[in-house]
Amino acid sequence: MLDKYGIAKRIAQELQDGYYVNLGIGIPTLVANYIPEGLDVVLQSENGLLGIGPFPIEGNEDADLINAGKQTITTTKGSAFFDSATSFGMIRSGRVDLTVLGAMEVSDNGDIANWKIPGKMVKGMGGAMDLVASAKNIIVAMNHTNRAGESKLLSKCSLPITGLNCVKKVVTNLGVFEITERGFELKEIAPDVTIDEVKNATAGRLIVEGDIPVIEV
Amino acid sequence: MNKIYANAEEAIKDIQNNSTIMLGGFGLCGIPENCIAALVKQGTTGLTCISNNAGVDDFGIGLLLQTKQVKKMISSYVGENAEFERQLLQGELEVELLPQGTLATRCMATGYGMPAIFTPAGVGTEVAEGKETREFDGKTYLMEHAFKSDFALVKAWKGDTQGNLIFKATARNFNPLMAMAGKITIAEVEEIVPAGELDPDMIHTPGIYVNRIFKGEGYEKRIEQVTTRPKV
Repeated sequence: MLDKYGIAKRIAQELQDGYYVNLGIGIPTLVANYIPEGLDVVLQSENGLLGIGPFPIEGNEDADLINAGKQTITTTKGSAFFDSATSFGMIRSGRVDLTVLGAMEVSDNGDIANWKIPGKMVKGMGGAMDLVASAKNIIVAMNHTNRAGESKLLSKCSLPITGLNCVKKVVTNLGVFEITERGFELKEIAPDVTIDEVKNATAGRLIVEGDIPVIEV
Repeated sequence: MNKIYANAEEAIKDIQNNSTIMLGGFGLCGIPENCIAALVKQGTTGLTCISNNAGVDDFGIGLLLQTKQVKKMISSYVGENAEFERQLLQGELEVELLPQGTLATRCMATGYGMPAIFTPAGVGTEVAEGKETREFDGKTYLMEHAFKSDFALVKAWKGDTQGNLIFKATARNFNPLMAMAGKITIAEVEEIVPAGELDPDMIHTPGIYVNRIFKGEGYEKRIEQVTTRPKV
């Protein structure tokens, strides 16, 4: 089984030279730590920065320089600042190559729910609805089941939707799944996980065909 | 032309109860701290606030929530504020949640003199309920109207006596968009200089959009998540 770092490492393998990438809060943020050496990848922060650098050295925090998770950060060589409309302009017009998001639920046709639990949690969608409506490639990083042990890979989302038919791939602690017309297609399986375990943990349509390679991270 | 005001109290004095105000900032970054403090002091109530976030319990817009001065929030993300969540779940506060890009672009539309925008964000979700949709090249878009507001309260790094503004780093965020969108725009700045001292090539917000400007005092610039790496 993968832990959150394993999930992030596996997603980092999807990065390509020259990619502009938006990483959501939580596991997605960890992907930044595993960018393969030699690749020029530019991270976008939707609050107005291209080129997110590492956390500042202790004592050098700048309140005017944060990421979308409100954490203090730094710039990198070639960074640029811009306003929020420009930020979502580059997202909406398809300039961002890859978006990695967390989710509460994903359906087997690529719908995603990650912003609201009616009557319980009211946090808001932030930039997620803009991102899922426009990004060319959306990968969801999440645990396969919720805290109650229920599947988060469903035939239909039960929570309010963030976007329709938009998720292309899901990487969970159990495996890598591509969303196809036939449902969640298992492409790779996590170490020490059986196909039956994946089947039991997946409520939506699951396709398992041929030899399934084990994830290498 | 005199746009210079002595302080926040003078600049916001005519904000009436039940006004709609825009407040710049992302989280606590680039928020109009002085204007918020002055609104708390003035006790203006029934406010509709258009702002990406709602501050934290004891800072930013959270201060206006504590004193129950806010009737309605129009925001994209309000997750850092327990008092907000409490008032909302108790039905004491109205809230309209919008995608962040929609929020930004509705401000932009106002400043550009355009009545509405079409965006794919929110299609097929709760956000789309009751809104007109239209298809362009086979894709569905929501029509979202430009915002109408009485005042925009923004925070800039530097400004001049003409009202020209320059923002710093990610404290820019919604500020220049809201500056363009207020019926009356009030800018608080860390430094105010005579006209001519700012390089015209470096101006983010041209002074025509700014009605009032004052030098803010005592910026706390609170950080929500201090994240660092150790000194080697």
